[in-house]
Amino acid sequence: MTQGVFGTSVKRTEDPALLRGKGLFVDDIKRHDEAAAAFVRSPFAHARITSIDKSAAEAMPGVQAVYTTDDVRSLGPLLAQVAIGKLRPLLADEVVKHVGEAVVMVVADNAAIARDGADAVLVDYDPLTAIIDPEYAATNETLVHDELESNVIHTWEAGEADAVQELADREDTVVTSLKMVNQRLIPTAIEPRGVLAEWQHGYDRVTLHTTTQQPHAVAGALALTFGLPGVNSARVIAPEVGGGFGRGLNVYAEEMLAVFASRELGRPVRWIETRSEASKSTIHGRGWTATATIVSEPDGHFLAYSLVGVADMGAYSQNFSVAIPVLGQFTMPGQYKWEAIYWKMDCVHTHTPTVDAYRGAGRPETTFYVERTVDAAARDLGMDPIELRKKNFFQPEDFPADTLIGMTMDSGDYGSNLDILVEKADIKGLRAMQEAARAEGRYIGVGIATFVEACGLAPSGFADAGVSWAGYGLPSAFNESAVVRINPDASATVVTGTGPTGQGHETVWSQIVSDRLAIPMERIVVIHGDTKDTPMGIGTGGSRSVAVGGVAVAIAADRIKEKAAKVAAHLLEASAEDIVFADNGAHVAGSPDKSVSWTDIAATAYQPHKMPEGMEAGLDMTAFFDPSNLTWPYGSHVAVVEVDPDTGDVDLMSYSAVDDCGNIVNPMIVAGQLHGGIAQGIGQALFEEAVFDEDGNLLTASLLDYLIPTAADLPSFDLAKTTTPTDANPLGVKGIGEAGTIVSTPTIVNAVVDALSPLGINDIQMPLRPKRVWAAMQEARS
Amino acid sequence: MYPRQFDYVAPTSLEEAFAALGDDSKVMAGGMSLIPLMKMRLFSPDVVVDIARIPGLATIHDAGDHISIGALVTHGETASSDSVVANATALATAASLTGDVQVRNRGTTCGALAHADVAADQPAGALACGAVMIAQSASGTREIPASEFFVDAMTSALRSDEVLTSIRLPKTGAGEGSAYDKLGRRGGHSDYAVAGAAAWVKKSNGSIEAARVALTGVGIKPTLASGVADALVGTDGSDAAVAAATEHALEGVTVLEDLYGSEEYKSHLAKVYVSRAIKQALANI
Repeated sequence: MTQGVFGTSVKRTEDPALLRGKGLFVDDIKRHDEAAAAFVRSPFAHARITSIDKSAAEAMPGVQAVYTTDDVRSLGPLLAQVAIGKLRPLLADEVVKHVGEAVVMVVADNAAIARDGADAVLVDYDPLTAIIDPEYAATNETLVHDELESNVIHTWEAGEADAVQELADREDTVVTSLKMVNQRLIPTAIEPRGVLAEWQHGYDRVTLHTTTQQPHAVAGALALTFGLPGVNSARVIAPEVGGGFGRGLNVYAEEMLAVFASRELGRPVRWIETRSEASKSTIHGRGWTATATIVSEPDGHFLAYSLVGVADMGAYSQNFSVAIPVLGQFTMPGQYKWEAIYWKMDCVHTHTPTVDAYRGAGRPETTFYVERTVDAAARDLGMDPIELRKKNFFQPEDFPADTLIGMTMDSGDYGSNLDILVEKADIKGLRAMQEAARAEGRYIGVGIATFVEACGLAPSGFADAGVSWAGYGLPSAFNESAVVRINPDASATVVTGTGPTGQGHETVWSQIVSDRLAIPMERIVVIHGDTKDTPMGIGTGGSRSVAVGGVAVAIAADRIKEKAAKVAAHLLEASAEDIVFADNGAHVAGSPDKSVSWTDIAATAYQPHKMPEGMEAGLDMTAFFDPSNLTWPYGSHVAVVEVDPDTGDVDLMSYSAVDDCGNIVNPMIVAGQLHGGIAQGIGQALFEEAVFDEDGNLLTASLLDYLIPTAADLPSFDLAKTTTPTDANPLGVKGIGEAGTIVSTPTIVNAVVDALSPLGINDIQMPLRPKRVWAAMQEARS
Repeated sequence: MYPRQFDYVAPTSLEEAFAALGDDSKVMAGGMSLIPLMKMRLFSPDVVVDIARIPGLATIHDAGDHISIGALVTHGETASSDSVVANATALATAASLTGDVQVRNRGTTCGALAHADVAADQPAGALACGAVMIAQSASGTREIPASEFFVDAMTSALRSDEVLTSIRLPKTGAGEGSAYDKLGRRGGHSDYAVAGAAAWVKKSNGSIEAARVALTGVGIKPTLASGVADALVGTDGSDAAVAAATEHALEGVTVLEDLYGSEEYKSHLAKVYVSRAIKQALANI
């Protein structure tokens, strides 16, 4: 398979190893003489540590060392890219600030002994008042960290509150307002986190295998934390990683601690997170409480929109911290034209685990608020929610479209996209079915939500606003780089700065190269995830890989093509401009028989005496790509639900979507991203919630109680697409990793509220567990 | 997570198993409930006695007047057995709604009963179907009626030296039917029961002659709702009669609030599912 492979559903080249259980994950990589770490974690959300008795653990056969904050204080705190607010001490320093915070590290000859050792450490705590409610935290009545002046560590504000208020105060306007919680979620990758740290004493260098989405950032953090001569002394490897979802877009304390222990003990040190540990020590996501307000004219013309609330950041700021809400700010206005807008989000500390990037990161939150409120406005206005949306959408002629939040959206035809969904899902028929069901006392709901996403971070200028790895000593903007190398045997090696955590980069990058160079995919290998072998890269996240990293691959391939054409022209005694690539080689345009194979070209390129005079040997090209804009995918989704009037149980009957992510390299992988993303968003709507009691204990600390959807809980999704390429990159690709997650959540809630609208129900707090739906019905009935 | 250190014994006969069992031992069949508890260190036996290699425990047996389900029969086998479906529909349905495919292929019906989880499905089915638990040890065999088997939260009447080697279920006679239904934690039938009910009814000459109704998920243990059964007997099983009987669903039950429902909601659900189970049991006659 070669040319024409761009845009086809090539099977994933990654899968044979993964499906056979032969993929190499962190815990599959073993070392002679390795030790294992385990952590004593805080059972309190806020408490003073009064004593730590390590003696029983230290006396245990097989325990090598027991470390507390005194041993690692000089290394800390944990570095963050956006270092606003309280940074995490590597091990709790005098006071614990959330349940699950690491207090003591025990290193032993194996993981079982390490766990026994951790259990044998006696820590005494003096419990303090825990602040769990972010709205309460925002009042500053009690401080989360005594050393900070305020629990509000940052406030994002944009637009004009007065202008919105003026329109809301006009007598002829309709004001629709909803206060809603976009609840805290626990990212649940199938592989928990894990590290294998190896300090090489002979060289004072370190190698760290870790389940990260950003190896270069981790390497930078190691270099700074351990005072290495440079990032080149820290080799970070992300081997196969079982899921990203943003939880890997963090540098973690355990990464630094395992390296520290390896340095101290002179042994490789492994730490593999347990699922229960993951629920408290890996980052959480979402956690917003906010009020959304739409001001409309009676005919449905939107005038103003505001979103004001509080974003829970947890106890410590890690990687992006307060920058997560600002990603949401980009898409806060949705797809609608407003005359005035206002946005204000207070980012607050609470005594809970850190909140950071989780699939969608800010954009699911703002999309939820605007799409839920648009539906509520439709009810207030007595309008069809589809017509209301279409009336207020940016129109095709508006693009590139400037929003009041200061962004320019690249391309779109929102109305046509929604029209296709209306047709395909037979919304008219669904409404008739709903009417008939209502007459029988059944509650069927049809929920629509549309969205525009801002992804593909980021134009280099964003680095000035903090979108870089400068916090880790690497002031690199969020561009990406790639190397394409034709080896002397004519096989191709692609080296990418942005590595996968399950997305399928190997397949897609091979498709891009194969398509451009006519080299068969089976002759292409993609190298990723190892900072020793890869050029500078930021990582996979924010639906950016293909729109930034994939484009860098394409540009590097084009540079190969340009040089290889000269080599081929030399061999064929033709002009380089006339050379075309096909069938694992090149020929003169219009004369397929005047051809050379890639084997001939490569053999020539690596023997300088056979090269055209003055041309340097080798076929090895590097490219960096800096996008000119974010990309702005969009789409329209519809869910049909039936609510059991006796129990509040929500049955998701069907789900259809029309997405537009610009040009597509591999439709099957795009569909896979949508299926997973939609399922994850449905998880938030119906199942998932990190529940804390008032003392800050996490009540959903295992998958027994933190409910995630499985394939068996969901209908098959009916997917379709429109294609509106972006001009932000030469491939016209936009990104699809988060789209499903961003829009499926409000789609489901809109459907359930639509089902229950005859009862006058306007909102139900997520997740829409049967108990909540039933309680809302009970209240409405009484 | 790593369990605490423990000894592992894999006997090939019941006698060897009995010899290995003691105060701090635990029997393991499929391990679907035991191993997670041990990995989370919520439970740390000194000895795990794995009965999987003991011959003769993996069968569903028709003994003429009753059927028996051996200790190693999986949820999946219970669910799909023609004999169990015909003679103990409520239990077969409960087994089909236990866990997921992987759990149903490995976990065992007897193991789920011995585990006595407050929100498990099959205990309700066993109660409604009038199961008798066969508990064997070195000192002999005890036959424990299901109604006396579920003692407290996660606690059965089994002694630590006993193995639940099988359960016996009476065969369905004329005019008898049973059913199980629940609301799962992830909605529909998915996951543990927020509330669930099993019912068995015997009808003759148009009236209900006998009934057993059991609840799961709402209180501290799977339990018989005797008040419902008493109120049903003698009625014609009409919707009105079922509705009236259902009002007795919570007699003697302490409803516990949890993440999945308030006391009010669970009390309501108990009645909904008692009603649904009875109606389905009547339909299954």
